[in-house]
Amino acid sequence: MRLELRELTKSYGATLAVDRLSLAVESGRIGCLLGPSGSGKTTVLRAIAGFERPDGGEVLAGGDRLSGPGLWVAPERRRIGMVFQDYALFPHLTIQANVELGLRDADRAARRRRALEMLELVGLADQAAKLPHELSGGQQQRVALARALAPRPRLVLLDEPFSNLDAEVRMELAQQVRVALQAEGATALLVTHDQREAFAIADEIGVLRAGRLEQWDAPWKLYHSPATRFVADFVGEGSFIQGTVLGPGRVSTELGVIEGQLTRGQPAGTHVDLLLRPDDVIHDDDSELKAEVVERVFRGAQFRYKLKLPSGATALSFVPSHHDHAIGERIGIRLDAQHLVGFPRG
Amino acid sequence: MIVSHRLGPALAAIAVALPMIAVIVAVVHGATGADPELWAHLREYVLGRVAWNTVILVIGVVAIAMVLGTSLAWLTAACDFPGRSFFSWALLLPMAVPAYVLAFVAVATLDYAGAVPMALRGWFGPELWLPPIRSTGGVIGVLALAGYPYVYLMARGAFLTHGARALEAAQSLGLGPWQGLFRVAVPLARPWLAGGAALVAMETLADFGAVSVFNYDTFTTAIYKAWFALFSIETALGLALLLLVFVVAALAIERAARGRARYAAADSGARAAMRLELTGARGWAATGYAAFVFALGFALPAVALAQWAWKVAPIDLDARYIDYALRTLGLAGMAAMLCLVLALVLGYATRQAAGGVTQAAARIATLGYAVPGTVLAVGVVTALGAVDQGFRAIAGGEGLWLQGTVIALLLGYVARFLAVAQGPVQGGFARIRPTLEEAARGLGLGAREVFTRLHLPLLGAGIATAVLLVFVDVMKEMPITLMTRPFGWDTLAVRVFEMTAEGEWERAALPSLAIVIAGLLPVALLTWRMERAARAA
Repeated sequence: MRLELRELTKSYGATLAVDRLSLAVESGRIGCLLGPSGSGKTTVLRAIAGFERPDGGEVLAGGDRLSGPGLWVAPERRRIGMVFQDYALFPHLTIQANVELGLRDADRAARRRRALEMLELVGLADQAAKLPHELSGGQQQRVALARALAPRPRLVLLDEPFSNLDAEVRMELAQQVRVALQAEGATALLVTHDQREAFAIADEIGVLRAGRLEQWDAPWKLYHSPATRFVADFVGEGSFIQGTVLGPGRVSTELGVIEGQLTRGQPAGTHVDLLLRPDDVIHDDDSELKAEVVERVFRGAQFRYKLKLPSGATALSFVPSHHDHAIGERIGIRLDAQHLVGFPRG
Repeated sequence: MIVSHRLGPALAAIAVALPMIAVIVAVVHGATGADPELWAHLREYVLGRVAWNTVILVIGVVAIAMVLGTSLAWLTAACDFPGRSFFSWALLLPMAVPAYVLAFVAVATLDYAGAVPMALRGWFGPELWLPPIRSTGGVIGVLALAGYPYVYLMARGAFLTHGARALEAAQSLGLGPWQGLFRVAVPLARPWLAGGAALVAMETLADFGAVSVFNYDTFTTAIYKAWFALFSIETALGLALLLLVFVVAALAIERAARGRARYAAADSGARAAMRLELTGARGWAATGYAAFVFALGFALPAVALAQWAWKVAPIDLDARYIDYALRTLGLAGMAAMLCLVLALVLGYATRQAAGGVTQAAARIATLGYAVPGTVLAVGVVTALGAVDQGFRAIAGGEGLWLQGTVIALLLGYVARFLAVAQGPVQGGFARIRPTLEEAARGLGLGAREVFTRLHLPLLGAGIATAVLLVFVDVMKEMPITLMTRPFGWDTLAVRVFEMTAEGEWERAALPSLAIVIAGLLPVALLTWRMERAARAA
């Protein structure tokens, strides 16, 4: 069911944790709040679930108001499933009983069936009789998801669901969770500080900074067309070089004139800081343009070089790892950008 | 909305704290309202000697218990010697023997005509001089043997968990193991050692049974005599207030000794460190030392009790004895259940509202463990006397509604032992992560269902521990039972007191043995937990 937040506000003492936040996740979609720690994202989630009382604003699910001025629905009456960061599986109950706990109106056989169906969905039907501590972290995580989905909630919330897992299983699990959520047709909102998780699972991502939403967009647009410098910095790697807009899709820089789609459409003559993603900067031995290697990080298939440009500005570049250059070496580069993101010089 | 949401837990906590508040008010009010002449009399004839005796006793007992407890903990935690793994738990067994039992066994066997001196004179000649057991030294020795396990337990825990890493760090800096002990391990364990010393000081200040056996006058025996020999409630209340002052002073000293150090959770990565191997004579010296303390504190008293009990069982094991036992079990069971329910209320209330009022009420409610039983007894009787007076004013007549009933006795037990039940229950609540409650509520469970389906099952072990600990403590309890029991409600501990008061040592053995056996249960639980923790590490 559709989730909507209107001007949600919450402060702790003098600190404003969530500042007039509004957003909507359409029915059946998976939204994500991405932000550094302390940006208020978990507070938003807990306010939706009913574990925090907001100071102002409204929470709506499928047209029902869950909280608003003079209204507050208790968490056990909201029909919102939640997957906790520490999974919060009940240690004294079997996997099956954990999943069944939220199924309360149906008869016993129906409860069993639904729980097994959910465990099958997450691939753990054969573990139903075990106790939570007998499972691995990733398995516990999937049980938590099955438990949250079992009562057919109108909304599923996931709080940093993968942060306690090894890096290798994270991406795989994120995909499995996405498949399971979609199989149930669930509307979901997760919070994370890890953009790779967000990209792997979400249809839409909101970047949160100090309690305010900076941008709410599809992952691809967040990366290639960030609305603010903060989003540009926080999502993906990159650096800025100075430039001047010459005309539609043309920017002059110290690396020559770059052509592409100027996403923010500034008029000619505007001085801008142009965002360079590492994949925009291409290593080319034939290029006239040279830059000095000041830092190198080996990443298996690639090197990530930090390059010093003639003006002293730096740029990052991904280079296939057979191009092994030492620090101090000057290498040829050229630019190949389709999306030009320029911010007013500041 | 917010107010009622917090008011419920606060009111519940205050209700649980009421008995303790009533006791303190009764003692302070009664004592400060006493006749000035009475105070003059007390100062002149009683205070000097009683206060001096008490101070000497506490200092002596704490000093010896600290030396015994710390040294034995170091030996079993950081060294290796023949029999170490046996002694590491066996040295806790003296906890099962109440000080008053140890006291009368010591007097019975070590007095001039006791079995040990007789045997020694038989071997070495009749002129052999032996230190008299009925002396200040004797009573200090007995209480130190009864008290050292507290220090041992705390120090050992500190050495095992925090000490291991720190000692390795010290060794990597070039300190030898003995330098490591005095420069790293002991300073590191200071908060735990201070905690252990405070427990021993509390137990010593509260002791009534052991000093009675030795006829060594302290505040507790003075209160008892003022009550039952002089029939002066005011004197008893005055002495009780002074004893409370001593308790507060001891706690303040512990605070100061602990310094700025605070208890912190052990680092979970702590593994057992390499032990210092004590070989040859040094190893056997360690074994001998541990065996000597174990023998005096547990093995020999247990053997003596068993022997005497066997001897008197044919005569004493009659219907009356069964009566004592059943009444003891009944009282202990009732008190344990009562304490458990109140501890659950308190634990639930403080979890729902961590507000100042609730927290403060919880602290007051559990103050009783630091308050000696004799003080609680006079407080309970005085407070209930005031309530009775109120009833009489309303209903008329001469009746005693509460004073001298089993309610008075249970009230005293609850005041004293609620903290014992609250510890494990609170610990159990603390281990239930808040996200579990949130998960349950998110799945649609209301507050009552969360309590019955989540809290109660997860509290299982804590509840069992709370019941067991209170049950055994009530079985051992002597002064409250003695001073507030209804007529004819004699328990095993009362029987021990009466028999030892008449010097009938052997006839005190049967009830004592029952108490010691019951006392072994919590010690077994404790050692089982220690072993499990050691295996997990």
